Amino acid sequence: MNARDIRGTRRVATVAAVDNSLYAAAPKIYPQSVHGTFRRIKWALLVVTLGIYYFLPFLRFDRGPNEPDQAVLVDLAHRRFYFFFIEIWPQEVYYFTGLLILAALILFLMNAVAGRVWCGYLCPQTVWTDLFRAVERLIEGDRRERIHNDALPLTAERLARKALKHFVWLMIAWWTGGAWVLYFADAPTLVRELATFQAPAIAYISIGILTFTTYALAGHMREQVCIYMCPWPRIQAALTDENALNVTYRYDRGEPRTSLKKAEVLRATGGRAGDCVDCGQCAAVCPMGVDIRRGAGLDCIQCGLCIDACDTVMNKIGRPPRLIAYDTDVNIKRRLAGLGNVYRLLRTRTVLYTVLIAVIGAIMLTSLATRNNLGVAVMHDRNPLYLQLADGSIRNAYMVRILNHTTATSSYVLKVKPFTPANVTAIGTGKSKDGWPKVEIGPDQTYELRVLVTLPASASSVASRDITFQIINKTSSQIATARDHFLTR
Amino acid sequence: MSQDPHSTIDEASGTSTTGHEWDGIKELNTPLPLWWLYTFYACIAFSVLYWIAYPAWPLIGGYTHGLLGWNSRTAVVGDLKNLQTLRGPMNAKIAKASLKTIENTPELLAFARAEGAAAFAQNCAPCHGAGAQGSYGYPNLNANRWIWGGTLDEIHTTIEHGARWTADPDTHMMMMPAFGHDGILKPEQISEVADYVRTLSGNKPSPGADLAKGAKLFADNCSACHGPNGKGNIQIGAPNLTTKVWLYGPTKADIMHRVEVGGGGTMPAWHGRLDEPTIKALTVFVHSLGGGQ
Repeated sequence: MNARDIRGTRRVATVAAVDNSLYAAAPKIYPQSVHGTFRRIKWALLVVTLGIYYFLPFLRFDRGPNEPDQAVLVDLAHRRFYFFFIEIWPQEVYYFTGLLILAALILFLMNAVAGRVWCGYLCPQTVWTDLFRAVERLIEGDRRERIHNDALPLTAERLARKALKHFVWLMIAWWTGGAWVLYFADAPTLVRELATFQAPAIAYISIGILTFTTYALAGHMREQVCIYMCPWPRIQAALTDENALNVTYRYDRGEPRTSLKKAEVLRATGGRAGDCVDCGQCAAVCPMGVDIRRGAGLDCIQCGLCIDACDTVMNKIGRPPRLIAYDTDVNIKRRLAGLGNVYRLLRTRTVLYTVLIAVIGAIMLTSLATRNNLGVAVMHDRNPLYLQLADGSIRNAYMVRILNHTTATSSYVLKVKPFTPANVTAIGTGKSKDGWPKVEIGPDQTYELRVLVTLPASASSVASRDITFQIINKTSSQIATARDHFLTR
Repeated sequence: MSQDPHSTIDEASGTSTTGHEWDGIKELNTPLPLWWLYTFYACIAFSVLYWIAYPAWPLIGGYTHGLLGWNSRTAVVGDLKNLQTLRGPMNAKIAKASLKTIENTPELLAFARAEGAAAFAQNCAPCHGAGAQGSYGYPNLNANRWIWGGTLDEIHTTIEHGARWTADPDTHMMMMPAFGHDGILKPEQISEVADYVRTLSGNKPSPGADLAKGAKLFADNCSACHGPNGKGNIQIGAPNLTTKVWLYGPTKADIMHRVEVGGGGTMPAWHGRLDEPTIKALTVFVHSLGGGQ
């Protein structure tokens, strides 16, 4: 078997080429440029996703005084996360948990509907690799030229081209790392600091690391990241089914493959000939070095470029397009049995994923929309759980944490139900007119209040009773409550 | 990689085998990428450099120190210094302010309570408990009954100089005599006085107790320190005997034992071990636990 034979899988070819070594040098893949629907979709998504990534930090969003005006900002120093009108505090990280669950479910749904579309169009590894390959093609030429030149000794001119390519790659990688750190500080300020070497060391270190990883992953490792490092192909294989739309070679239509001339002869004489003319274009354009005609595999990222390549050929030879297409295993079997295509978009798993996404999304939206900008959390003292005082009365102590999410200083009154102000004291606070503890809390701050609730000795007849803490914002009369227990035994 | 002489081509898959065979089952050779191998070599090289640069190998009388001279001890000292600098401005304010001011300024109170809680966990919790709840012989600092006084200044003095800590001349020194051991009271007298003492805090005496005798004994022997009504005296660390809070337990046996052996708990002086801002923070923390007066 020849190493360059496109009909052999890459890995078998490798074994033959390097004498059954236990370790294989990565075969260099030279994907051919291609034009068509899916290529255009990929270009559009590349521009949109990278555009968002590179320029989002510069978008401004007015939140009022004393608040950052960067639309998306991860403020680690003050432990705040800003996303347009949403401001997330550290104790609300469950929003991120929700987002992660949503992301996983959306990935599952995408997979159930159309296979690895994430891998083919949206995965950062795919997008940046695509960009790097475009640069390479622009500077060093297309597939044929590069294969040809790489087989020849290096000339000064080609060395210069290669150097230029690596320089451009590094520039893209550097800007990738640069954009990353801009999400963690005010972007225009940080850019100025970076330029004048006054930015914190961590910024330079982060840029360095991301420059290196982008350059290494998108420039050098490329498809190997998907094959050896990414867990998704393994998980995806367990989540797919025969109704998922996958990039598929329609062998029912393509086989038996012959040359164009032989096929004409065969058809004229009433023989059977497939539409595949074995031109190898689908394999030549594949960025993963896969021959899709061998069926679905772990290394196919389903980017659809082979569809574009095959359609171009089908057009030229006057056969209908989509010999390679997004299709399902079920339909191939049905066509072989003489039945029509069915596309079952509504299946248990797609419906289930959609419902789950809708439910979690609704929960998150509701909780975001009804979110109080006043928060309270209560923690009962664990040690001691309750305390007997000198006169025999029983006291419980609580840590009440009040969160002022607003941008103004507000004064808050704490009420504890069903107790009276005489039962309740708080350390280091003033009192409201009706005797309840009163505190003032600055904008965007939390305040920890030690609250002591005391009942006379006779209270010990009930081991535990419910207790409700009510925080009232005196200016907005907004109320937040938290429940706990009062223990006497 | 050298070629394995036992390697064959597997007929079913057309793939070569590694040459390993178990009970007739051969292992297909699915080669790993070379960069994987190089990454492994790089890790080995890194670990060797790490051994040289950092403390790594134990020797009989010590260990290799590493060329970088890194050491966890100096790292901790550096961290502590950083912490001191970080807390510096607030600690300067704490040092300057009076205890009362600290408690009345929310900003200072929050800092003092946090710093006090940390210092308490490290220095005081072994005796007084993680929640300052105390235990047998170790006072509960949440309760409003104090042996040496519960005002901010009194708590500060106790922390600074300790109790019965002979190394400090300003420590609280008074101690209860051992009425039984030293033969001041006879066993039956101790029993009688214990019966009486229990009634001071509202406990019922044991049946047949002669409370009049006990009261007489109390007036003669105990009231000098504990006061005629048993209310105690914080000047000399004589506990208030009329409360529901007992340092050594409320049963008759507990009280008899205490009268028998006398004495009292010891607390080290923290002056010299902790700096002044920390002692102040601890004072405010303990005072704000709820029992402070």
